[in-house]
Amino acid sequence: MTMNHYRWRKITNVLMVGTATLSATLAALALIAVLAFVLVKGVSALNADFFLRLPTPVGVPGGGVANAIVGSLIVVGLAALFAVPVGLGTGIYLSEFGDNRFGDLVRYLADVLAGVPSIVMGIFAYIIIVARQGHFSALSGSFALGMMMLPAIVRTTEEMLRMVPNTLREGALALGVPRWRAIVSVVLPAAAGGVITGIMLAIGRIAGETAPLLFTAFGNPYWNTNVNEPVATLPLTLFTYAISPYDDWQSKAWGTALVLVGLVLIANLIGRRVWRNVGAQK
Amino acid sequence: MRDANESRAIQIEELTAGFGSFTAVRQVSLRIPPNKITAIIGPSGSGKSTLVRCLNRLHEEVRGAWMQGRVRLGGHDIFATDVDPVQLRRRVGMVFQRPNPFPTMSVAENVVAGLRLNRWGRPAGLDDRIEESLRRAALWEQVKDKLHVSGASLSGGQQQRLCIARALAVEPDVLLMDEPCSALDPVATFKIEELMKELAEDITIVIVTHNMQQAARVSDYTAFLMMGEDRAGELVEFGPTDRIFTNPSDKRTEDYITGRFG
Repeated sequence: MTMNHYRWRKITNVLMVGTATLSATLAALALIAVLAFVLVKGVSALNADFFLRLPTPVGVPGGGVANAIVGSLIVVGLAALFAVPVGLGTGIYLSEFGDNRFGDLVRYLADVLAGVPSIVMGIFAYIIIVARQGHFSALSGSFALGMMMLPAIVRTTEEMLRMVPNTLREGALALGVPRWRAIVSVVLPAAAGGVITGIMLAIGRIAGETAPLLFTAFGNPYWNTNVNEPVATLPLTLFTYAISPYDDWQSKAWGTALVLVGLVLIANLIGRRVWRNVGAQK
Repeated sequence: MRDANESRAIQIEELTAGFGSFTAVRQVSLRIPPNKITAIIGPSGSGKSTLVRCLNRLHEEVRGAWMQGRVRLGGHDIFATDVDPVQLRRRVGMVFQRPNPFPTMSVAENVVAGLRLNRWGRPAGLDDRIEESLRRAALWEQVKDKLHVSGASLSGGQQQRLCIARALAVEPDVLLMDEPCSALDPVATFKIEELMKELAEDITIVIVTHNMQQAARVSDYTAFLMMGEDRAGELVEFGPTDRIFTNPSDKRTEDYITGRFG
């Protein structure tokens, strides 16, 4: 009887571990497949010109997506510039002072905001910035992307700060350290790794967003670094190229996809490196 | 000299404190003499921690916490409206149950954290203060070659002495110790007890402990707390440690220290 029981348990165990391993393998395979596909299809489109030149008209060979690379950096960078301070501040508030109804409300709103479809965020930015100003702009795109980043940063910051043991806060307070200073110099550094990773993930997620940019940043075949003008971005360029009927453009779409994936990957690696340095030095 | 010492005496008058509708300690009155070690003993839940956490007003940082009565440090009411709790805590240091060095700071940075995080920039003379505080905490010899490693990489006993050094660096008049040895092994415990005796020459020490042998070993005075009918802690007896342990005047104290309950 007991022997039977034991055998049955061993079989269940093997089955469960097997199922979990299979799932993990499938997930890894899907990831590798996407990356490999983009790499194989995209690498042939890559050359120096692709990074350094402007797009050429249909039928004219050569050219690149330099304006979209710079445009994406501008739009995403501005979005982060707006969303990171506000998100950090909100996360700090929720974790350190937000045990009240206002805190609950903010938390709820952040969750709702996280669930708003990205195209709605684009329409929102369109109405309050583009429609008023009368023209598309990089800034309006940044605003839409920033709004998308905000809830992720708010909630990860809060979660990470809450993981910092209370004994550290009390340890600092007991030394006669003012509360704000305890948060800035003790609690926040202790959570920095997780917070930075959260920010990098949020940036990675919005860097590939297309819908919010359709009627905000709009796209632009020319050089533009003026944030008040429409600007090309990698996802929009990719979209335009991908749906075109021309082989050359479709191949460039793959190249653009590869550059986009590469940039997100680099951003993530930098984030991890920063985390490790922060962690090692401390 | 006597006056200088008196500024480190703590007079607790009818202190009642709790959280929300719960009363943790009720009507405690006692005088903690300066430059002595006073142990607070009692069973779990008798309000020992709440009592000492009122002495540096850390109690009020907890949500829903409240306190009534009066606590005088050197004759001055520390609950008075014009007393800044942040300033108060620089005079009344605290060491916690679990060593809590700041994980993102080195050993040296931990020691002077209280000094550096109290003002802008970097005050002068910090290096001297680091060595002095670590020497007072009997930790200097062990860490002088690794001042720049993380405080969290030390052993448990060393971490606790680092926390003591950190508290001492602010030059407090009083040091509160909330079960400082309960997470430590016997050797580390012994070292901390030795250290406490030395420190008591300069400062007043209040130690909460579960361990009656520890109270008997290190303290000059002992306060025994027990919960009353509605689970609020009350002071049963206070007096010189010798007398409390050899000739308690209250039956409950005798039962507790002879291990009949708790």
